[in-house]
Amino acid sequence: MNVPEDLQYASTHEWLRLDGADGTVGISDHAQAELTDVVYVELPKTGAQVTAGQQVCVVESVKAASDIYSPISGTITAVNDALTGNPALINTDPYGEGWIFKIKVEAGEEIEELKSPVQYREQISGGSGEGEGV
Amino acid sequence: MSAHAVLKQTPLHDEHVRLGAKMVDFGGWSMPVQYSGIIDEHNAVRGGLGVFDISHMGQFFTEGPDALGWLNDLLTNNVERLAVGECQYTFLLNDSAGVIDDLIVYRIGDTSFLMVVNAAKIDEDFAWMRSHLRDGVEFHNRSDQFAGLAVQGPRSAQLFDAFFHEKFSRPARNEILTVAFDGQTYYIARTGYTGEDGFEVFCPAKYAVKSWNDILRKGAEFGIKPCGLGARDTLRLEMCYPLNGSDLSPETTPIEAGLSIFVDLHKPHFIGREALLRQKQEGVKRRLVPFKMTDTSPPPRSHYAVYKDNQKIAETTSGTLSPTLKIGIGMAYIPTEFARINEQIEIEIRGKRFPAVIEKKPLHRAGSASA
Repeated sequence: MNVPEDLQYASTHEWLRLDGADGTVGISDHAQAELTDVVYVELPKTGAQVTAGQQVCVVESVKAASDIYSPISGTITAVNDALTGNPALINTDPYGEGWIFKIKVEAGEEIEELKSPVQYREQISGGSGEGEGV
Repeated sequence: MSAHAVLKQTPLHDEHVRLGAKMVDFGGWSMPVQYSGIIDEHNAVRGGLGVFDISHMGQFFTEGPDALGWLNDLLTNNVERLAVGECQYTFLLNDSAGVIDDLIVYRIGDTSFLMVVNAAKIDEDFAWMRSHLRDGVEFHNRSDQFAGLAVQGPRSAQLFDAFFHEKFSRPARNEILTVAFDGQTYYIARTGYTGEDGFEVFCPAKYAVKSWNDILRKGAEFGIKPCGLGARDTLRLEMCYPLNGSDLSPETTPIEAGLSIFVDLHKPHFIGREALLRQKQEGVKRRLVPFKMTDTSPPPRSHYAVYKDNQKIAETTSGTLSPTLKIGIGMAYIPTEFARINEQIEIEIRGKRFPAVIEKKPLHRAGSASA
């Protein structure tokens, strides 16, 4: 499974890409593979204030609906409207065109709570047994 | 994924794992929900060929001079209509005409029958039927000794011919062949749960792996794909075939489910008959109908509220995104006054209502099974 080195991960399988205080969030390659066939994405609302671990939107496969949690606290500044017409972008390009929302990060120190690529790789290889959600 | 309970495994369990299937708990069985993906497998069956492990399903055998009479007193359809080598869909009802199980009964000899029942109901069905057993009838549960493989899709007949060449001719729709193959008895029925042409093969459990791999190997030239329960569910729901435990239950009757054609009320007696006659006379209060979302929406799923004129009138019993129709579909028991084709309803999904319309059965009409 692809776990890019330049990202941080939540145990609930969301990734966070940070550029200063500007974050981008999606779900991991592992998560999309577990879901397969994403057929609907209920996007969060731009402008919403969210806290780390808060459920912010829903991704649905043919089989099940999965809650998506914000990996960090902040204000949602943009959502990926392309997913409305083409939800399968989450499957085909989970770290690129399949991004879900952008967030203005408020509490930078929360990043310490997220997993490094090494730690996340360990989690999905069956190590820790952690991680709800997807 | 915390499956701590010990799940039952079919003889094909290791093959599924080897093929990379995602395994889930299905009524106490560890079963493949998907291999390459539900939509991919669904499309393989609609357009070509797929194979499902249905070894979790139960096989009961009965025989004896009064086996037919006994079955006719337990099952809703009329077993007398079956010639040797034919089968019918039927119901096992409780005294109030609630559905214990839906099943297929195959007449495999003049006085011998095979029944294929739902996995989660094997013990309950067997106990119920045995409690009504009479002299002159032998009755056995051989579910553990048999594996089941469902080959489904418009190219199924070609695969059959690739296996048997001119040795056996294909059974017709709703017929079953009993064949000696590799020195073993195989039952090959022209039945299925997908709306496509296909065969259901029941063979000794120890030949399951060989049969599965032979089918995948010989099926390769027809583009066969191993398929899981996920695709099985989307395929059957497009055809509006009910799933026991979701669309059928001891609280619902075959009349309410719109399946009266599988009930012969002219038979002098069968369990549930009186309750059904009463219901037919008084009229049903609700009917199981399929619906289709009329706009983009999250996929409907079971237990979603159904609204009409701002009143909650029902709950969905099944729902999914239809890979063929590319829109949400489902079924629900709707009060009779609204259970009409083209009636507008709404499905509530996470607190928001989405428009839907009641449709005619089946939702998918081009299946090769009807060809």
